[in-house]
Amino acid sequence: MTPAATTFHAPHRTGHRRATSESPAVRRLLIGVALGFLSLFLFLPLVAVFVQALAKGAGFYFQTLRDPMALSAIKLTALAAAIAVPLNCVFGVCAAWAIAKFDFRGKNVLLTLIDLPFSVSPVIAGLIFVLVFGAQGWLGRYLNADHPALPWLANWLNDHYVKIIFAVPGIVLATIFVTFPFVARELIPLMQAQGRAEEEAARVLGASGWQTFWRVTLPNIKWGLLYGVILCNARAMGEFGAVSVVSGKIRGQTNTIPLHIEALYDDYNFTGAFAVASLLALLALVTLGLKTWVEHQQAALNEPESAP
Amino acid sequence: MLPGFKLTLGFTVFYLGLVVLIPLSAVFWKTSSLTWAEFWHTVTMPTALASYRLTFGASFLAAVVNAVFGLIVAWVLVRYDFFGKRLVDALVDLPFALPTAVAGITLAALYSQAGWIGRWLEPLGVQVANTQLGVFVALTFIGLPFIVRTVQPVLEDLDPELEEAAASLGANRWQTLWRVILPLLTPALLTGFALAFARALGEYGSVIFIAGNIPLKTQITPVVIMSELDMFDYARATAIAEVMLVFSFVLLLGVNVLQWWANRHNTTHLA
Repeated sequence: MTPAATTFHAPHRTGHRRATSESPAVRRLLIGVALGFLSLFLFLPLVAVFVQALAKGAGFYFQTLRDPMALSAIKLTALAAAIAVPLNCVFGVCAAWAIAKFDFRGKNVLLTLIDLPFSVSPVIAGLIFVLVFGAQGWLGRYLNADHPALPWLANWLNDHYVKIIFAVPGIVLATIFVTFPFVARELIPLMQAQGRAEEEAARVLGASGWQTFWRVTLPNIKWGLLYGVILCNARAMGEFGAVSVVSGKIRGQTNTIPLHIEALYDDYNFTGAFAVASLLALLALVTLGLKTWVEHQQAALNEPESAP
Repeated sequence: MLPGFKLTLGFTVFYLGLVVLIPLSAVFWKTSSLTWAEFWHTVTMPTALASYRLTFGASFLAAVVNAVFGLIVAWVLVRYDFFGKRLVDALVDLPFALPTAVAGITLAALYSQAGWIGRWLEPLGVQVANTQLGVFVALTFIGLPFIVRTVQPVLEDLDPELEEAAASLGANRWQTLWRVILPLLTPALLTGFALAFARALGEYGSVIFIAGNIPLKTQITPVVIMSELDMFDYARATAIAEVMLVFSFVLLLGVNVLQWWANRHNTTHLA
């Protein structure tokens, strides 16, 4: 009885397995195609950055990174990120709180508008700040007008020679614009999924608004927040097109790391360009590593809640 | 009732207006300084028209290639096990994380005549650097994660019972794939395609180094805007920027409609 049952079931079971998955040959072919495509477009470029960077040896590599122009570019990039990331972080938390915890008309319009900077070309992102603050833009017209409104302001701006375009403030503004949605985009779906029950319970138990945020909301969203900050920072430090329009590219003054890479490349100093580029490639790898780790933490945070 | 609604919504709208909406409105203000004839002359000049064709054509082709290979990558990552899978999964996001200027000089080096890839293509008569093919290669690189990351979660949530039902009703693997799985993935696939296409349209940094930026041949639209800016012709630059902005906004609207459709689509199937 038993052997007969086994022989009866065996073809059925193999048939079943074949019907809901692919044969080993097809599996190997698909894995091969996927890895081939990724090798050509991802792994090879990544390896190439580091190989090219060290093409003239470690001495040349560190000499390029210690160059005053390179150091000034690193400082400027760090400054722009240090201003843009916290501002967009505060904005992201505010936007997510308003959108996830309350109902109001026009929510979908607001969500679409928050995404807007993602769909604007970096070159146009730079251009808009030239149009607002440039010599031919709104600010320039105001300062050159014969009878400007608020003459004291126009005089003060003229006297202090406040320069925004082709200067550091323009670079910071363009960076804020291109990194605007990152934190909000991470937090909004996360906080919408978490609902408002926990916060409402805290309020009923007598917690103040701030206590509710710090003790209930923040622990729930910390990994999502960190994830948004990591992505925001990576984009802030790597932005090229927008910054390239507003910077004026004065070496040692208004060049960020990506603009310094372009300058070295245009000078045919390819190894130097890749040496500086390897810094940003390392930043990208750290970003991906942190991202994977944070996703792991977020999954661990959600698991005990979804288990029962 | 939770507190802070007026404060957070107020700050959100204020910051959005200050950083995004007011600066963007400057584009429409600037083009209003042109007459309609001047505007039309600028946006239809030969270099601009050639750049639209290249930008749209290369972006579309890159998104098609990414749709095919991205679907395979997502499938392999969700369904199969192989050595190094977690590392591969993490590295798929590299084009999001790697600054565009770094991607640009690296692709230019790889595909130059002496480069790791270019030296194998040269005997075949295929030139990538300084050609339209180079634009396509760069746009394929930056669009790669979009399809994988939109299809992957849908594939993970796919109910195995659907495939079992199809198989028990006598469908072979290909029929199940074409008639059951692919239709369920279509909304995600289209969303990923639209996102990759939209990103490619505006891309600048990764393209300029490999493309050579030859007017009428390998100049993408953002480069045309940039060259007008270099000549300090802000009105002309803004006119072309406005054409791009309108296309981007239409596409953004399309993506939102697609996502709304995808959500509806999924819930109908669950019910």
